[in-house]
Amino acid sequence: MSEVSVTDAAAAAAAPPDALVVLNSVNKHFGALHVLQDIDLTIARGEVVVVIGPSGSGKSTLCRTINRLETTDSGSITIDGRPLPQEGKELARLRADVGMVFQSFNLFAHKTVLENVTLGQVKVRRTDRKAAEKKARDLLDRVGVGAQADKYPAQLSGGQQQRVAIARALAMEPKLMLFDEPTSALDPEMINEVLEVMQQLARDGMTMVVVTHEMGFARSAANRVVFMADGRIVEEARPDQFFSNPRSDRAKDFLSKILHH
Amino acid sequence: MNVLSDNFAMFREGFVGTVELTVLSALLALVVGILIAAFRVSPVPALRIFGSTWVTLLLNTPLVLLFLAVTLGLPALGLKGWDSFWLAVMALGSYTSAFVCEAIRSGINAVPVGQAEAARSIGMTFNQTLGQIVLPQATRTAVPPLGSLMIALAKNTTIASSFNVTELGSVQKTLNADSGYNIFVIFLWIAICYVVITFAISGLFRLLENRLAVAR
Repeated sequence: MSEVSVTDAAAAAAAPPDALVVLNSVNKHFGALHVLQDIDLTIARGEVVVVIGPSGSGKSTLCRTINRLETTDSGSITIDGRPLPQEGKELARLRADVGMVFQSFNLFAHKTVLENVTLGQVKVRRTDRKAAEKKARDLLDRVGVGAQADKYPAQLSGGQQQRVAIARALAMEPKLMLFDEPTSALDPEMINEVLEVMQQLARDGMTMVVVTHEMGFARSAANRVVFMADGRIVEEARPDQFFSNPRSDRAKDFLSKILHH
Repeated sequence: MNVLSDNFAMFREGFVGTVELTVLSALLALVVGILIAAFRVSPVPALRIFGSTWVTLLLNTPLVLLFLAVTLGLPALGLKGWDSFWLAVMALGSYTSAFVCEAIRSGINAVPVGQAEAARSIGMTFNQTLGQIVLPQATRTAVPPLGSLMIALAKNTTIASSFNVTELGSVQKTLNADSGYNIFVIFLWIAICYVVITFAISGLFRLLENRLAVAR
């Protein structure tokens, strides 16, 4: 296997002034499994980074370490110039600035759609309820589920639930959005409605880290593709470069399996 | 010779005593039980250790022994001036709190991990995550076993009669000693009193279960 460092990587190592997220030789083990091995990754403000790779390659874990839903064993992670705090109030404050969208939506099952989107604003941001509801309705309209505001999550389709989850994250006005396989649990016909919302978000300049198997999204919306295998970042490149001319054997193998059938 | 009409005041006093003992112990058990359950899932190791010690000790102590420890032990340790009723509430409440804690904890474990992760990901603290997201959903699962525990508690109150508290058990003892009355009739009336209390509790919890079932 050849590991290829890309022109971007040199720039990343220097941590440019507009770097929002910097991971520096991050390691993590799950028991005997070395799931993240010396991960170095810098994400610039406004950049859309798509992380792809075979399952078990550590890409979801990488995504979850950025808001410390997974702890790390060594290495450092800084967000907006500040190292990721330990558990406690500091960490909670930071998480409010980092939106997260999960594979399984994880909408609060006992709250209505509207309450899902207002809860964080009211309890964490201390926004007053009227303003929070107005903002929630605007966001729900923006992701196309405004008509569902008073329903419970279980009454919505998967695609609608995931768009509500995106609205819930956006309501906190995050600096960064993490997407952990946001379309993997969806029926094929619902994938596009979620991807469209994400593409709009990318066009609006949101900084995004997206773990996905949607190569179409990676091609059209990503500024950079990060290819992971066996706990390492094997290749980083612009999407057109990566898909037309992957440089590592591992990426060639991966792409040949998913692009032709 | 009607035991009930002859001794109605005594029955009423016993009935009220049992109800008071049940309600106050139940409140104590629920408050302490939820608190200890929160300790047991908390990220702070010291709280987790305290929680599991509390539960292990109380689950494994016979109630009569706990009554002895509270009614004799606490005054001996210098906690004087508490009457036997409040000591009984303490014994029953802390005993039941261990069971309540475990019922709540099984409810907490039934809530998918993703719910808490989503709450943390929007910046909610541990207390907010537990109070706003996890506990309300855990309650649905915990209500049926909690109902059973409250019924068990109502029946356990009768042990307090051996520790100088006026409740239905003590009424029965007094009337038995009084002779002249048919023991079985006394038992029957006492049993009916308990049935009224326990049916009221199970009705209350069935109502609660139905309310929570539709709220989703």
